[in-house]
Amino acid sequence: MMALSKPNEEMKYILATDVGSTTTKARFFHRRDGEWRFLVAGEAPTTVETPYEDVTLGVRNAVREVEELTGHQILSEDGSGIAVPYDGNVGVDLYCTTSSAGGGLQMMVAGLIKMMTAESANRAALGAGGIVMDVIARDDGRKPYEKIKRIRSLRPDMILLAGGVDGGATTHVMEVAELIKAAEPKARLGVSYELPLVYAGNKTLRHQIEKLMSSSFAITMVENLRPVLAVENTEPARIAIHELFMEHVMSHAPGYLKLMKWTDVAIMPTPAGEGMAIKLIADAFKENVLGVGLGGATTNVYSVVDDRFVRSVSANLGMSYSITNVMKETGIRNIMRWLPFKLDKEDVASRLMNKMIRPTTIPQTLEDLIIEHSVAREALRLGLNHHKTIATRLKGVHVDRSIGDVFQDAMAKTYVEMMNISIIAGTGGLLSHAPDRIQSMIILIDAFQPEGVTRILQDSVFMMPHLGVLSTVYREAAWNIFDKDCLVRLGTVIAPAGTGSLGDPVMTVELEIPEREVLKKDLKFGEIKRIDLEEGQEAKVVIKPHKGYDVGEGSGREIESTVMGGVVGIVFDARGRPLQLPEEDSERKEMLMNWFDATNLYPEEELKSLCEARV
Amino acid sequence: MKENKVSKEAYAYTPGLKVKKAMTVSKTRRLPIFGEVCVNVGDEVSYETVVAKTNISGDAEIVKVAALLGFASKPSDLLAYMKKKIGDQVSKGEIIAGYSVLFGLLKKWAYSPIDGIIESTSTVTGQVIIRGLPIPVEIESYIPGKVVNVLPREGAVIETNAALIQGIFGIGVETHGKIKMVVDSPEEELTADRIMSEDKGSVLIGGSLVTLDALRKGVEFGVSCIVTGGIRHEDVTALIGEEIGVAITGQEEVGITLIITEGFGKMRMSQRTFDLLKRFDGYMASVNGATQIRAGVMRPEIIIPYEESFEKSSNVELGAGMLLGTPVRIIRQPCFGAIGNVVSLPVELQQIQTKSNVRVLEVELEDGRVVIVPRANVEIIEE
Repeated sequence: MMALSKPNEEMKYILATDVGSTTTKARFFHRRDGEWRFLVAGEAPTTVETPYEDVTLGVRNAVREVEELTGHQILSEDGSGIAVPYDGNVGVDLYCTTSSAGGGLQMMVAGLIKMMTAESANRAALGAGGIVMDVIARDDGRKPYEKIKRIRSLRPDMILLAGGVDGGATTHVMEVAELIKAAEPKARLGVSYELPLVYAGNKTLRHQIEKLMSSSFAITMVENLRPVLAVENTEPARIAIHELFMEHVMSHAPGYLKLMKWTDVAIMPTPAGEGMAIKLIADAFKENVLGVGLGGATTNVYSVVDDRFVRSVSANLGMSYSITNVMKETGIRNIMRWLPFKLDKEDVASRLMNKMIRPTTIPQTLEDLIIEHSVAREALRLGLNHHKTIATRLKGVHVDRSIGDVFQDAMAKTYVEMMNISIIAGTGGLLSHAPDRIQSMIILIDAFQPEGVTRILQDSVFMMPHLGVLSTVYREAAWNIFDKDCLVRLGTVIAPAGTGSLGDPVMTVELEIPEREVLKKDLKFGEIKRIDLEEGQEAKVVIKPHKGYDVGEGSGREIESTVMGGVVGIVFDARGRPLQLPEEDSERKEMLMNWFDATNLYPEEELKSLCEARV
Repeated sequence: MKENKVSKEAYAYTPGLKVKKAMTVSKTRRLPIFGEVCVNVGDEVSYETVVAKTNISGDAEIVKVAALLGFASKPSDLLAYMKKKIGDQVSKGEIIAGYSVLFGLLKKWAYSPIDGIIESTSTVTGQVIIRGLPIPVEIESYIPGKVVNVLPREGAVIETNAALIQGIFGIGVETHGKIKMVVDSPEEELTADRIMSEDKGSVLIGGSLVTLDALRKGVEFGVSCIVTGGIRHEDVTALIGEEIGVAITGQEEVGITLIITEGFGKMRMSQRTFDLLKRFDGYMASVNGATQIRAGVMRPEIIIPYEESFEKSSNVELGAGMLLGTPVRIIRQPCFGAIGNVVSLPVELQQIQTKSNVRVLEVELEDGRVVIVPRANVEIIEE
């Protein structure tokens, strides 16, 4: 990594890119009157693949868009890359990038016990921005030969092996290691490439692991990620994975050696950049945050709950390359339940298949847009379900508790409970490029089903990963841009948990907005309402839920709170939790149309004529 | 900001599929692991010439000998009980370790679960790993032509003069056969009644759609490959027995290779593709259904080697932009499949029906209409 070209305070222009699986996104930042602001965006298809096989071509094309829109020359005249530093006319002072192209960082993890060290290893790999292809454990229910076959069929970029607390299990950890060795896994990037293996298990076994595995793997030893049962220490493994990602994986991907020379900061996996941005939000607002990056190939979910940060990467849940896998996993019925008009099942499936085979296209018609928004709800829902299986309390730890606690624990395996989430933040192409901000807010609400009072934020033009990597070298600039230009305050949703029958009273809300009359709303079951409350405005709210409905203090208990406005405003959501759609087709469509109308989700006239044409 | 509101060239665009009448096709044929190369530079090869071969190590099986024989607490004793040593060949059911004491009154044996070789014995875990017999792998040339390069221990590069047509999606393995047009126009569907028993080994060219019945009849009659404009999603699912999640195909053992050139649903095959295939009716072709949209785009292909009157068509230079006059195909509703030429590249974002503001271009279609399309929704036609 090169040293920065100028001290931070002397910088004037910064360029950041994200080389995504589908699109390379360039973001151009400028310091004006002492304040860092976002200036313009440029995008181009990613060129990691044949016939190009050089990511820098896509970066160049995206940067050319920026140049065209601003008239500011960024690429060096001699074609050697980005002109750094800014010389008063040409170039930028800092260039950094994230990347998820070419399949990102694909990992296989292994541990001793599925719910203990293997689970911690999984969290460590995900925390480093990896896509976990499989989790191997001694008790994962598969026979040894099945595991060997499975490992042989994977072609990971890296293996993370954990197992045993320090001074604990030895023989069984070695059994897992022998199993991996017997499988002779090959690296995704070719036969001549020595597969990296990070060992983060019982430290007393390091010598034996070295002896057994060093002839077949490039081994890195790090501190045990479960040194004792009650402690999970994933940081050393995460750092090692990052370093190996740079040294081994990125340097083998097409064009990355060149790109690494262009950048002033180490290239970071996109999920790692996004995760940093979500942490920035949690730090700034001091609240529990649920974040999501809905990408073309993957859905990354992040939670910061009581200061604990967890990331999950759901490979193959995405809006372009993986759009048909969302259809496969959720079923086409679940996608079509969000459509207020009639379409043939085959027609919807064909459209999604066509998006998958031509992943860079965008919806041009309202019909296509609504179909993609329906898929997005399902991808997010599945992504959150996956996240909840990872964001769990440490298992194997003895905790004194009552019988009641035991029952509660059995019910709630995850600690991510929507009632405890105060902020939801979304990023990714589909959310950031939604034609109207209300669309991304409703998609997030429908998919995540927030409970109680929840603020919804969104990335303006998809630059959270960019700002995440920038924050590693220039936090002040990153936060400045983040706060002013990236973080769109969509508004707040008030949604009681509980369910009932259509038309039943759910809650009464009194909203006191400065310099306006007190607004009182009675919400019935099945209703959703939206009122304007501008960005930067606050309102005092008294929420009186009826019996059976909870907004945070228990069934029927009133709460008082302050809610924040946004570009969408306040959404009162009395549709129930869990949110259910009628089974009967015409009832379902009517209800969707009511919801869409009540929130001005889509252009009214166009939607009406679409629904009339598709009866 | 720039004052010029129209660009002369666009850099952000999607490359198109190749439909080329004449080009030098080069194929790298590589083993999955190192092995022996069987050809030399300059050799002429045919479709099935073996280019390189190797043995892939067999699957491994683990036998927990210490646990089976009852000394799990002391695995370091393993070697004392072994009846075979590392490198010994064993047969399925053969004793590999055990003991017999008191004239056979007390005995315990551990048997090999497979035919293979003792690969390792661990005095740490008490486990024995038996490696299955090697699996021979051969890589064939796939296309006829000349060996132009040898990759030591890995394979070779074969070159041939050919027509090349890339499809958008396919399933099934590499194969070859004689091209046979079974429809008269690109609009026609390829139905089961058009497939005859004499089509065995052929590459059949349909029009806008192939039906599931036709595919099944193709499998029954041993047709090598079917090429059409489109296919129904549910028919692909029925053919391969599961829904496609992520587009990584090419390993399906469905008894036929399928290549679609336009997309899913009923899709008229592009006239250029249809005409080119018709031009080579009766020629042999190498075909491969393998498709990988992510991580190294791989599109299905039809390679038609020929030598007579071969004249290479020009290559669009990679990295060059989209210009006024560039021929494009629209690849998304509402004008999916339409072909035209770029007539304007406005710089400013424009609002489309979804109310999104996006970068667009204007395309003059073959029927003279000019339509505005998001730049993301066209692909360049490589001529």
